[in-house]
Amino acid sequence: MAPRALPVKIVIAGGFGVGKTTLVGAVSEIVPLRTEAVMTSAGAAVDDVTLVAGKSTTTVAMDFGRITLARDLVLYLFGTPGQERFWFMWDDLARGAIGAVVLADTRRLADCFPAVDYFEHRGLPFVVADNRFDPSVRHPDTAIREALAVSADVPIVGCDARNRESAKAVLIRLVEHALHRRRNGAVIGS
Amino acid sequence: MTANPSRRLARPYTLVGGRTTARRMPALEAQVTRTAEGVRRLPACRFEAREILLLASEPVSVAELAGRLHVPLGVARVLVADLDGAGLVSVAVGAGDGGPDVAVLERVLEGLRAL
Repeated sequence: MAPRALPVKIVIAGGFGVGKTTLVGAVSEIVPLRTEAVMTSAGAAVDDVTLVAGKSTTTVAMDFGRITLARDLVLYLFGTPGQERFWFMWDDLARGAIGAVVLADTRRLADCFPAVDYFEHRGLPFVVADNRFDPSVRHPDTAIREALAVSADVPIVGCDARNRESAKAVLIRLVEHALHRRRNGAVIGS
Repeated sequence: MTANPSRRLARPYTLVGGRTTARRMPALEAQVTRTAEGVRRLPACRFEAREILLLASEPVSVAELAGRLHVPLGVARVLVADLDGAGLVSVAVGAGDGGPDVAVLERVLEGLRAL
């Protein structure tokens, strides 16, 4: 009988094309795997498409990766779907998660507003990772913090989503942040 | 083993009999492992149930099953819930709604630092 493995997960969020799958791929031990969820256009999950014949449905794709941390501990990195309005999907991803990484592109910072709003509302620990597409351009963290209107305790880190060490550092920063909040009595509300 | 993708979509719905709810809908990260009974019944299983039992010789997440079987997540969850109900797999859940506790978070941190 195979040993029990405790699964844990981190959500990787951010706007379309910001580099979520790239970041997942940089640290995952498996090539990012794509799964799909069938949703109604109102954003509800559909498990049985025979019940929605004639109604319009959308297939929402989600990429994820895996890191085996120990014989009995496996970490999943779930990328959020590109389309933001499928909140039922986000709820499934976020439920019981350690926290989230909101990957930001400073050229299109507004793209990550919905993700920031969602995690703040949910009370899920998150960090903002500034994906430095151009290493010569470095926006001060204070500017990013103001533009996103996140509180002072939300870590803002720079990263290169293509780089394994950089991606690892972002995940570590998130877990440190989640641990700090837990130790200080933070309770994740929904 | 891989059939025409559009044909595959028909089969899961035959198996789950048109239901949308199952007793316990497992989380995406829940770990699925076949039981001794699952091993015994494997020769009699077909289609997605058979593929799940083959993949679940070691713990595998519901999401991975969906990805590898090329079925939608909702279908994979129902299939796993059915197999769990029939005693052919066991399903190990992760943290509750509040997320992992301090002890688990510390282990995750340790594991990441050691990568």
